[in-house]
Amino acid sequence: MLRLFTLAAFAIAMAASLPLRAQTDSLTPLQDALQTVQSSVASPSRATVPAVLRALLDADAPGTVDFLRAWGDREVYERPEDGLFFYATDAANRMLALIDIDTGTEIATVSTREVNQIRPNAGVRREIGAALVSFELLHPDADRRLAALENIARSPDADQIEALTAARVAEEDSRIAARMDRLLDLLNARFATDPAVRVDAIEGLRGDISTEARRVLNQILQTRAEFAPEIPEGTNVARIREPGVDIDLTAAYGTLSEAGLAPARPGRNTIRDALRTNVVDGAVGGIPVHQLNTDEMRRAAYAALQAEGVVAPLVTEADMRAAVSEVVFYDAYLEPDRAVTDAARDALDSTRTRISLWQFVSISLDALSLASIFFLAAIGLAITFGVMRVINMAHGEFIMMGAYTGYVVQTVIPNYTTSLIVALPLAFAVTFAAGVAMERLVIRHLYTRPLETLLATFGISIALQQLAKNIFGTQARPLTAPDWLAGAIQVNDVVSVASIRVAIFVMAIGFLLMLLYILNRTRLGLEVRAVTQNPGMAASMGINPDRINMLTFGLGSGIAGVAGVSIGLVAQVTSEMGANYIVQSFMTVVVGGVGSVFGTLAGATLIGFLQKGIEWFNPANTLAAQTFMVLFIILFIQFRPKGIVALKGRAAGD
Amino acid sequence: MSLDIPRSTPAPAKVRRSFLHENPSVLWFIGLLGLFTVAVTVLSEGFGIGMISTNLVKVLGMTLCLCLIAIAMDVVWGYCGILSLGHFAFFGLGGYAIGMWLMYARTEIVIRDSLGRGTIPPTELEVSEAVAAQIFGVVGSSELPLIWTFAGSLPFQLAMVVLVPGLLALVFGWLAFRSRVTGVYLSILTQAMTLALSLYLFQNDTGLRGNNGLSGLQNIPGFLHVPQSVLSVWFFWASACALGAGYLLFAWVVSGKFGSVIRAIRDNEARVRFLGYNVEGYKLFVFTITAVISGIAGALYYPQAGIINPAEIAPIASIYLAVWVAIGGRGRLYGAVIGAAFVSLLSSWLTGGGAPNINLGFYRIVWTDWWLVLLGLGFVAVTLFFPKGIGGVFDYLVRKKP
Repeated sequence: MLRLFTLAAFAIAMAASLPLRAQTDSLTPLQDALQTVQSSVASPSRATVPAVLRALLDADAPGTVDFLRAWGDREVYERPEDGLFFYATDAANRMLALIDIDTGTEIATVSTREVNQIRPNAGVRREIGAALVSFELLHPDADRRLAALENIARSPDADQIEALTAARVAEEDSRIAARMDRLLDLLNARFATDPAVRVDAIEGLRGDISTEARRVLNQILQTRAEFAPEIPEGTNVARIREPGVDIDLTAAYGTLSEAGLAPARPGRNTIRDALRTNVVDGAVGGIPVHQLNTDEMRRAAYAALQAEGVVAPLVTEADMRAAVSEVVFYDAYLEPDRAVTDAARDALDSTRTRISLWQFVSISLDALSLASIFFLAAIGLAITFGVMRVINMAHGEFIMMGAYTGYVVQTVIPNYTTSLIVALPLAFAVTFAAGVAMERLVIRHLYTRPLETLLATFGISIALQQLAKNIFGTQARPLTAPDWLAGAIQVNDVVSVASIRVAIFVMAIGFLLMLLYILNRTRLGLEVRAVTQNPGMAASMGINPDRINMLTFGLGSGIAGVAGVSIGLVAQVTSEMGANYIVQSFMTVVVGGVGSVFGTLAGATLIGFLQKGIEWFNPANTLAAQTFMVLFIILFIQFRPKGIVALKGRAAGD
Repeated sequence: MSLDIPRSTPAPAKVRRSFLHENPSVLWFIGLLGLFTVAVTVLSEGFGIGMISTNLVKVLGMTLCLCLIAIAMDVVWGYCGILSLGHFAFFGLGGYAIGMWLMYARTEIVIRDSLGRGTIPPTELEVSEAVAAQIFGVVGSSELPLIWTFAGSLPFQLAMVVLVPGLLALVFGWLAFRSRVTGVYLSILTQAMTLALSLYLFQNDTGLRGNNGLSGLQNIPGFLHVPQSVLSVWFFWASACALGAGYLLFAWVVSGKFGSVIRAIRDNEARVRFLGYNVEGYKLFVFTITAVISGIAGALYYPQAGIINPAEIAPIASIYLAVWVAIGGRGRLYGAVIGAAFVSLLSSWLTGGGAPNINLGFYRIVWTDWWLVLLGLGFVAVTLFFPKGIGGVFDYLVRKKP
């Protein structure tokens, strides 16, 4: 209480001194302030610490905090001849280099005998430590106060409660005050001496889903497995374990024998080793060695040895049961107070529902982000596949091409934002050109043979992949997002979304709108739709299907290039990155329904949510999630062979 | 309509004559394969003068297995029009099935030997636990997964070589064909199946050692004392016999009425259905039997390769299979054999460092870097300009003869 009072006084003095603070002209303000309380600094005691603090506070010299820390850590030295204080570092020949506490410059080298090291005792050091915390907590700069609070949150300690309580009284900033209240609850829940205060604090944490609150609650609820003939008075039992039900019988017996309360049970290996050491004339207990290749014979031989009294007796299951029934196995809370643990359990339970809810939100956001990546990767494919019935196996390589374009631009333009702005249209242009070239040179000749398009484009795909490997090497190339996309949007401790994923989502939406506009509101879109529905009729209406096919293919490829840039920002750019997306993209298109933008959207959403959903059940295993997803898609095709959004009527063609 | 191979043809003797008469390539092929086998045997280290290294014998034997699966692919794609991108998965499954026995039995022999040296003979449980720890230590497990229960039994695993690919193809094919999934959709679906399978095998906890795969398959339990130079020739013979038998089987399947029906399905499925044929049944039969043959080819291939891992099953492998068949020439069995042998041997020659690099002065062409580019572009060229593949050359030769 006395300390609390001192600190409170300190705090009030500090608050009062704020307006009165004046700049001293002295070059050594800290030394000057210390000299006013010279004897208290040189031979500190608990009673004199407050005076020193007050003096330091009044002076408000720079380096005060460092001095306090050094003082507590026994790093301050006094020169007896003039009573000045110094820091010191070891110099050559067991000498000390004295450092001026104000300027931090080395001023002299002295032998250890010429200065006195100031050695505050444990009580004083604790006092100084608390003062240090208060000093920071009461600092006029709000950021410094917040930083001090975060320090406390990182390494919570019973001693900090007083300083924090005092600081809370003086705090005026409501944001910081709220944080202080939270920290006080966290500290009180764990360290307060009065159970009522603890329960109160725990109540304050009810429904709090932050990790720090849950960590505190879980710490309070830590248990230890114990056993005793009877549960001792005053034990805070978490649960009682029934041997054979809640705890394995052998394991229970094992703990007993480990504690020396029961003879050890010879296991299979023990029996074998015992037999091995007791072989006499090629037999053990009268049984020839070569017959000892079953457990029954071994046990029989062991029983014979046991009858001779050579080995420890076998322990049967009945023996184990009997031994175990003598005692009670239970888990006890480390925390002895029942009221506290009950309150903590209550508080923790109350967070559970909210956490699951937020987790659901988090997974949905993940799924949405995955879906937008799938959508970006697949939409170009959907256009070419839908309009031209052409499977483009090199689509993945167009994605790769886009990503490498982004990488090359980044090596030329060092500014990440500018390079990204340049890379996006450039990637579109590069892959658009590649797509048009491919359409002109290869695909045009194969319109009547769709399966062979698949093969020819696959040939292009492996050639492009190997070319990329030859040019850029096998190691992954970075495509760095600009700083403003690097962070994450932290909703709370459960939900956070990387900004880059939000950007990709926005881009996916942008592409969706752009495509819808192009297809539904422009001349090109009209012609594309006409060719999709009936190429022959479209041609007779004066539309040139060759030209439309070429443009469509270019558009699809160009979108793949842009998708490549955005995928490169979240994944690594390698020559194989396209191959990783191609199968998924096909499935997105097929599940969604060929030839429809909304179908692809639905397909991507379904696959994204499905994959994240399966991952949620089995978080450690993304491979399993992908396996099940593919199986699901195979089954899905059974029931809706034309995908979610099936074209009807003549447009469905075949 | 039943799936039976037509029985209403005239007397057997006449059939056989007409079968071989109509398919002169069968005799040619068997003859050449026999000559090749004899030549390799005579030149091998194990049985002959040692001009061909053991390693090369293995490569040649493996190539024969690839030719076998290429024939299967040709039947399902070139004759029946189903571009399956999943047959290499069946190939891998066959390899896994036999690999389980090879690995288990060999480990068991080693373990029994080392445990047997102790003063007390091991119990069965100890043996199987030690085997499990030995095999699965690498994936951090020491228990034998359920699917390994009968891994010690050769007949069981041999049955699995046929049954696992066969059943998978049957179920998958039934699901796919009954919902009338055709064309590119079917290709993608089979590719999805392959992807799912390889992802499944990549997991450590599925009981097939994850991406480590099964290894040490070149050591045949019971023949551990036989040198590899002899074993390799034995496997070469087995592969040659399998290829010959497979060729004969498929040549017989695709000739006659059955062959006509599946070719008709390839050309116009709807019309065949309208004629009253059970199109799905025919496709399912072709799909399943080719899957079984693929599994057998895999079971012969991987003991020669010595190792199998899930990367072998990845979708790309099945696409390469299609590439071989396309380059060799679809719709003719010898085309598939030529394609598979030509491309895979050329590939191992160029990527194995056998081919000299070409110095252009300003640039050095390193074949390991440029082989895939060459293959890819060559493949495009074949698709565009020579749809008949290398096998088309024979048409040209035959037509020139009076």
